[in-house]
Amino acid sequence: MDPSVSDPVIRRHRLATRLWHWVNAVAVFVLLGSGLGISNAHPRLYWGRYGANFDHAWAQLPRFPAWITIPASYNLAISRRWHLLFALVFAFGLLGYMIVSLLNRHFATRLRLRRADVSPTHLAQDVRDHWNFRFHDANDPGAYNSLQKWSYILTIFVALPAMILTGLALSPGMNAAWPWLLEVFGGRQSARSIHFVTAALIGGFIVIHIALVILAGAGNELRSMLSGKWKVPRS
Amino acid sequence: MIVARRNLIVGGAGLLLAGCDKVAAIPQARRILFSGEDMHRGLQRALMDRAALAPEFTREQMSPVFRANGTRDPGTPGYAAMVANGFADYRLRIGGLVDRPLSLSLDQLASMPARSQITRHDCVEGWSAIGQWQGPMLGTVLKAAGMRGSARYVVFTCADLYNGQPYYESIDTIDAFHPQTILALKMNGARLTVPHGAPVRLRVERQLGYKHAKYVTGIDAVASLDGIGKGKGGYWEDNVDYDWYAGI
Repeated sequence: MDPSVSDPVIRRHRLATRLWHWVNAVAVFVLLGSGLGISNAHPRLYWGRYGANFDHAWAQLPRFPAWITIPASYNLAISRRWHLLFALVFAFGLLGYMIVSLLNRHFATRLRLRRADVSPTHLAQDVRDHWNFRFHDANDPGAYNSLQKWSYILTIFVALPAMILTGLALSPGMNAAWPWLLEVFGGRQSARSIHFVTAALIGGFIVIHIALVILAGAGNELRSMLSGKWKVPRS
Repeated sequence: MIVARRNLIVGGAGLLLAGCDKVAAIPQARRILFSGEDMHRGLQRALMDRAALAPEFTREQMSPVFRANGTRDPGTPGYAAMVANGFADYRLRIGGLVDRPLSLSLDQLASMPARSQITRHDCVEGWSAIGQWQGPMLGTVLKAAGMRGSARYVVFTCADLYNGQPYYESIDTIDAFHPQTILALKMNGARLTVPHGAPVRLRVERQLGYKHAKYVTGIDAVASLDGIGKGKGGYWEDNVDYDWYAGI
């Protein structure tokens, strides 16, 4: 059997996308693990400019266990070292990916919303297709489906930049350099709360992302993110 | 199958997390891990005007309760004696690379031009409290002592021991001459209380709370931090690996 007839292979992901995906995956992994370690130092969240033990906390977080934090044993200094070094990898990685993706038209060709992507009937159909494990348009199998586009757009252009900006708003040095940033979020403790909530949303994205990679065929999807080559599934 | 794969992913993540601790134990990797501090300092100093001010707040924006943290009472006989007579015998020693070493009483410090500021105190743990601080600018005191051009850091000796070791801190001359860097004698309009560092507490508003040394008894201008404590510039830096540059 000639595999090229039954299973056409296309180049799915560009080199820049693949490089950023893995650099970012490592950075986000370290940031989430070390972030949970930092959370254990003061697991209370507040709204506004100030917030400490005597003030009203809107959320009291659980103590995150050793198997999920970096480092495993509580050490705020080392958690911060990991977090702040990989924050640079994460922020400059995203910046580089965004610049390259504008230049090579990755955003314009793959992530631009088309009329169908905002049509309720089409979106409802996309939900039904997902429910039936149909993730690809047979006519254009390499394209992202609408729900995929929306989740990537919200993650890349809203959630990830929000993490960087709220993170910067936590820095007393950056507060002096860019005082306006603090006002955007309504104070340092509000910025800290948004930082935590957005981190949880990104955690949710990762869970769904990995689940869908597995459902769509982990081997094929993984290979496409490594070598770029992706076998078009028979529908 | 899916359950097995999920276990593989969770198990794999656990191994990767444990791997991070192994990596952090390798000296070269640790050096890279710790280099983030220098990158952040470089980036922040490049983005920030030297005199850029930390945000200041109004009275209405102040914390109703400003919690004390770290040492709440040095408790040594020498400090207890100073408290007993209202710090009448307290002297702030200014030395090191200065032309005119000084020994200043609280009255002398209080007679210097003071700055008052309502600022936010950010603990490295994540909490913040807003309070009002008042006292002479550190720059004024250093100029009065004639700090020499060869000085690069300013080291603060404190009256308290933390876990049995003398607490100390240090900042560079950029922060030392920043207008908001003051030797606070008052907090929220009243003389500093013992839990908040009486009689003198450093405020260095563009950095985290542990840099704001309490119970300051001595200030030394130095060219290098080598040979002071364990050489990393502060109690927490020496003993717990906290960043010396605590602007982030």
